[in-house]
Amino acid sequence: MTQPLIEARELSKRFTTRLDIAERVANLFGAGLEERTVHAVDGVSLAIRPGEVLGLVGESGCGKSTLGRVLAGIHPSSSGDVFWEGRNVAELSAAETRQAQLAAQMIFQDPMSSLNPRKTVAQAIGEAPLAHGMVRRGDVAAMVADLMERVGLDPSYARRYPHQFSGGQRQRIGIARALAVQPRFLICDESVSALDVSIQAQILNLFMDLRAELGLTYLFISHDLGVVKHISDRVAIMYLGRIVESADADEFFARPNHPYTQALLAEMPTVKQRRRVFQPVKGEIPSPLHPPSGCHFHPRCPYAFEHCRIERPALREIAPGHVSACHLNDAPPTARTTNALHETT
Amino acid sequence: MTTLTIENLSTQFFSDAGIAKAVDGVSLSVGRGEILGLVGESGSGKSITGFSILGLVDPPGRITDGRILFQGEDLVGRSEREMRAIRGKKIAMIFQDPMMTLNPVLSIETQMVETVRAHDKVDKAEARRRAIEALGLVGIPSPEERLAAYPHQFSGGMRQRVAIAIALLHRPDLIIADEPTTALDVTIQSQILFEIQKLSQSFGMSLIWISHDLGVVAGLADKIAVMYAGRIVESGSVDTVLDNPVHPYTIGLMRSVPANLERGEPLATIPGMAPSPVNRPSGCPFRLRCFAATEICASEPAETIAGDHAWRCFHPQAEAAP
Amino acid sequence: MTDQPISRRAWRLPSSDTVIGRAFNGLVTSPKALVAAVLCIALVLIATFGPWLAPQNPYDLAAIDFFDARLPPMSPSMTGSVYLLGTDGQGRDMLSAMIYGLRTSLVVGLLSGVVALLIGTALGLVAAYFGGRIDALIMRVVDLMLGLPAILVALMLLATLGQGMWKVVLALVLVQWAQFARAVRAAALIERGKEYIEAAVSLGLSKRRILFGHMLPNCMAPIIVVGTLQVASAISAEATLSFLGIGLPITEPSLGLLISNGYQTLLSGQYWISVYPGLLLLVLVFSINIVGDRLREVLNPRFVGR
Repeated sequence: MTQPLIEARELSKRFTTRLDIAERVANLFGAGLEERTVHAVDGVSLAIRPGEVLGLVGESGCGKSTLGRVLAGIHPSSSGDVFWEGRNVAELSAAETRQAQLAAQMIFQDPMSSLNPRKTVAQAIGEAPLAHGMVRRGDVAAMVADLMERVGLDPSYARRYPHQFSGGQRQRIGIARALAVQPRFLICDESVSALDVSIQAQILNLFMDLRAELGLTYLFISHDLGVVKHISDRVAIMYLGRIVESADADEFFARPNHPYTQALLAEMPTVKQRRRVFQPVKGEIPSPLHPPSGCHFHPRCPYAFEHCRIERPALREIAPGHVSACHLNDAPPTARTTNALHETT
Repeated sequence: MTTLTIENLSTQFFSDAGIAKAVDGVSLSVGRGEILGLVGESGSGKSITGFSILGLVDPPGRITDGRILFQGEDLVGRSEREMRAIRGKKIAMIFQDPMMTLNPVLSIETQMVETVRAHDKVDKAEARRRAIEALGLVGIPSPEERLAAYPHQFSGGMRQRVAIAIALLHRPDLIIADEPTTALDVTIQSQILFEIQKLSQSFGMSLIWISHDLGVVAGLADKIAVMYAGRIVESGSVDTVLDNPVHPYTIGLMRSVPANLERGEPLATIPGMAPSPVNRPSGCPFRLRCFAATEICASEPAETIAGDHAWRCFHPQAEAAP
Repeated sequence: MTDQPISRRAWRLPSSDTVIGRAFNGLVTSPKALVAAVLCIALVLIATFGPWLAPQNPYDLAAIDFFDARLPPMSPSMTGSVYLLGTDGQGRDMLSAMIYGLRTSLVVGLLSGVVALLIGTALGLVAAYFGGRIDALIMRVVDLMLGLPAILVALMLLATLGQGMWKVVLALVLVQWAQFARAVRAAALIERGKEYIEAAVSLGLSKRRILFGHMLPNCMAPIIVVGTLQVASAISAEATLSFLGIGLPITEPSLGLLISNGYQTLLSGQYWISVYPGLLLLVLVFSINIVGDRLREVLNPRFVGR
């Protein structure tokens, strides 16, 4: 097996809101306020091979965006390690760290807030390569024009400001800005979610073209299984900070194992199902401040049994390259057949 | 009798930049207990159509033409007072952001009791009883306890349920729902769709479901109308339109949705982007992006009706089912 | 791709998108603010070209005739010219004294405003960007400064340091920077949460570049608004201090000192020595405040809605 381009091992990211002075004073009088800790990413191990598109799917608050930001080097991790081409990024020299940082770029969700409203397209794209000495000042304009053309923008718009563009065009500017530092790994965080369907298709096709031209590797984060199904080679599902299932895309959509995955697939709206009878998973997504014990999904799971409340299920290989974290896989085969019945017809 | 019939509705916005024809000659009808899915991309005029029905178009916009027949009576040109008597009582609206309906500083109980008593002269106990009943209908557990809560104490999905419960308080004959599940997660969206479907079936409520998501509309609606640049370009029963779309825009839209395709199938794209509402091309507004456009498309396409299927196009694509 | 840039939907969004453009549009579209802005500009011009405009140099003792003291407005002078606004207790032409006083008041107000702006903006940006202990430390000092009555702090400081223009500026900076720091921090915190800052981090840009090249330009709206209002408040604070006799020395009379000079004779009928500088101060502070309020209206993100 080839060496992963980037790998997370037991990676965790916690956000803690510390008590301020007023709250600490209140505690002296018995207010009993506690520091709140969110385990946004909770012991995630994940490897992405060079040239691969890994789709990371989950609902809001599951930590998928945080995981993307830790891998992009925007947030530091709380514990665990990130390996870039087999080397722990914590042990890299300053110059190597910068190189690894530039090699992983993020494409954001919101085409409004992801561009600085006070910078022209040329400034947005050209700033970083110029600051890092990757291009001479005299060559910036040519480089910007080249990148704009590559992402499907007319280079004559280089001196316009972001507000003069539509959502889809702004997303293209964001992509050109990332490509300017010659990354090898793109982290797309809901990059097409805010776009209209026909524009979304244009951007998805652009991602695929860039992959073919530049040999890019992608972590494609989305809540939309349809989009992920289309673009990904491999899919991982996240629920409340943990990866619950991961497999090659064909295997994943053909034989989903985890009850949560099965529910997501069953509820994915498609035009093929008409006047369907909706059979939703019960319950709400729990707050990541107070996740349920054991398997995080057990309060909503139709198959949950006593053990699910107590022990966190480990990710276990259930077929070659297919891992799932569900206690049903520990049980004898009979239990698993009932598991597979949860499908909408 | 149909609950709602819209004939040739036009809503325009007047500004220095020109006249924006947000809704441009829209006709549609919704029968009793029927669910109409109004589909389109942003700027297609689908939300403004919804606002126009409720008389909620604010200046500089106004309805310039057409009739909105609700239970046989025209709503266009009604006074604000008359519309207020209809809004919330006979026609209710659900928004994408439930906080459009909910007041953050009032408890759910206060808001629901007020809504009941705005139209019906009942005492507080009766209003409260109706509020509890409505919350139960939309699947909120232990509604009596949740009544005292404030909107911020609910999750996004629960807030949307409360907004729906408020819309249901007067058992309206028509609900206009503007992207009510777009901001919600898939599993929560399913829960809301489940409740909506149940409610419309049990009360015979008519529903206009405004959405950009063809998949949701396919699963929920009886009829579908596809809007582009202020017009309905294709409409009909869900099965007819989605199985045999004839308008190139509908076809392009369906082929752009990755979920509709088998894995690995290439995504067809519609080139370019929707025209600005102040500066639309003459004739068919889609012609500049259309693969089938010819010279004739610069003139106005008339509506063609074939059974339960209608479209506005000079070049309907017969064999193009995706 | 054939897509063209769209024009903005003009019926919903302001016509101009730069801070300066929005500010300009806001001022010219409100008649009240336009008059105030014109007045401000006129007063600044008068102050700038004061030495050439004033009939007399009030600092030039040779030009002052003590026998002309306390003449009412429109009195002829010994040399034949007319004292339009009368003379003060030393025989100085009031109009000239006021023009020179306006110069001093504006210099003190603008200087202290600008210095406070620079210090406050830098600290506010640093607090917002780094957060944690640095933020807590800066903001506690800000709270302390905002909690104390500004004029009292300035009074105590000047009582210790003594008089002098630079000392007044120092005192005013000290009581003003916290306003800037608080406003800039609030604006910068909003910007910091936006994805373009994360993109800049991911692109490996230096902290200095992110702070001053990306965040600062997007915080200009509150800086301009607070800056305008603080200049007005600095001018009136300086006038108060000078009126109380601990601001500027008698050799460099500001408007506050001029008011104070005529204060004793105000009720004995020689109103002009106090009232005209007072009116000028009122017009100056009032105009700046109207401009500031209008800017707040048009630049505040809550009104702009984006």
